[in-house]
Amino acid sequence: MSEPFELKRWWPAPLLPREDGRQWSLLFVLTVLCCLASLAVIGGLAANRAAEGWRSQLVGSATVVVRATERESADAAAARAAETLAGVKGVAEARALERAKAEALMSRFLGPDPLPPDLPVPRLIAVELNPKAPATAAALRAALTAAGLDATVDDHSLWTREIMRAGDLARWAASALFALIVAAAGALIAFATHQGLTARDDVVTMLHLSGATDGFIARQFQARFARMAAHAGIAGGLAAAAAAAALRLLGQGQTLTAMLPVQWTDLAAPLPCPFIAALVAAVTARLTAEAALRRMP
Amino acid sequence: MRYGRDPEILKDISFSLEKGSFHFLMGPSGSGKSTLLKLIYLAERVSRGRIELFGRDIMGIKAKERPQLRRRIGVVFQEFRLLDHLSAFDNAALAPRIAGEKPAAYRQDVAELLAWVGLGQRMHAMPAALSGGEKQRLAIARAVLHRPDILLADEPTGNVDAAIGLRILRLFTELNRLGATVLIASHDEELVARSGKPVLYLEDGHVTAYAGAARTPQ
Repeated sequence: MSEPFELKRWWPAPLLPREDGRQWSLLFVLTVLCCLASLAVIGGLAANRAAEGWRSQLVGSATVVVRATERESADAAAARAAETLAGVKGVAEARALERAKAEALMSRFLGPDPLPPDLPVPRLIAVELNPKAPATAAALRAALTAAGLDATVDDHSLWTREIMRAGDLARWAASALFALIVAAAGALIAFATHQGLTARDDVVTMLHLSGATDGFIARQFQARFARMAAHAGIAGGLAAAAAAAALRLLGQGQTLTAMLPVQWTDLAAPLPCPFIAALVAAVTARLTAEAALRRMP
Repeated sequence: MRYGRDPEILKDISFSLEKGSFHFLMGPSGSGKSTLLKLIYLAERVSRGRIELFGRDIMGIKAKERPQLRRRIGVVFQEFRLLDHLSAFDNAALAPRIAGEKPAAYRQDVAELLAWVGLGQRMHAMPAALSGGEKQRLAIARAVLHRPDILLADEPTGNVDAAIGLRILRLFTELNRLGATVLIASHDEELVARSGKPVLYLEDGHVTAYAGAARTPQ
């Protein structure tokens, strides 16, 4: 027994019929794409953070190698070099490392046996630079030369350049991956819109003959796919956030989180995903439908 | 008018329908009645010749102007063309909805019209659950709801009994009285005779105008 028709409660049904199983397939693929896009953003943020951390560590310090001279022992030269460097503008701290540390570094090349005491082992000065206005390598060299010291300055610039390049590469890779996924989602929506127009040609024709504009019909497809993409964006974004949280919890202190230091704030990165997905779907469906409808009689 | 490389279905036809006129379109099966109606409601394009609609050559009408013209035409399709996923009520309300009217503005009109065509108790039924006659009445309700300037109907009484057929004819006559131009393709000679309206007879691709179903020359 059917319910009586209640005029006051009546509200128009969607002009496009509900899709069959294809809708769920499309929703699943869109969800996967949204998840991958969100992971690309989270991965990009983490890679950027890792590169920035390494770069700031390298930029904030320098290593000076001081050698003994005929007139001065290595220890005395190292002490004088540390004192000289501490007085250079832009240096926060200069500290001479003990002979044992220098020997430990050389044991990598000369073997584990103790070195002869008369071997002229160069001494190392660890220089901490002022992070706001760090001293340049040239300034350090000038100060050491002025003090008559035989020393070499390594400001890690080679490594810094490499790390910055790697950071840039990670950023570009994440951006390119994100753009590729967005393009794939757009292509998928365009294909689904074409399929929808073909599958419901009867509805489209009837709407046309009833005086519907191309824009009106395209809006029906636009609304449908935007809604579906927003749902996929929510599900995909949540899945990506859950994966990132698992990475942070399970891999804490391990290599993976050191390479990709995910922070809890990164979990908010997928928040715009539903909106971006809906926007991409809406624009693509609208343009595709309007172009196809223009070709109809 | 021809489809592809087929022979011409309609040729050397020349007639005009005055604003507010009421004509029946008769002729044997395959004579081109449906094609003629399709040309008028802009579903087909003429392969040669000229058709004027509301004083304008339809070949010169831009694509973006077509929807506005189509909204001035009500069509009862022979195969009904109801949207299967919409209820009878939603099917009938299609034209005002497309025109952008708010539901509150047309709800009452739709309900009254459906009641008038005998579907008052079937408003929420889906087309699949309607009989052939009910579908036809729903298609008619959908075509006349927005009071079109031109009403075209292709065999509108083909699936209904005589009483309902007369009722539908009265609805068309009322619309015509309100100013609509009506052209009905029909095989129902009895209905045509009862209406007393003039007839356009289509045969062998040509059209002849008669005063009535008896085909007495005008």
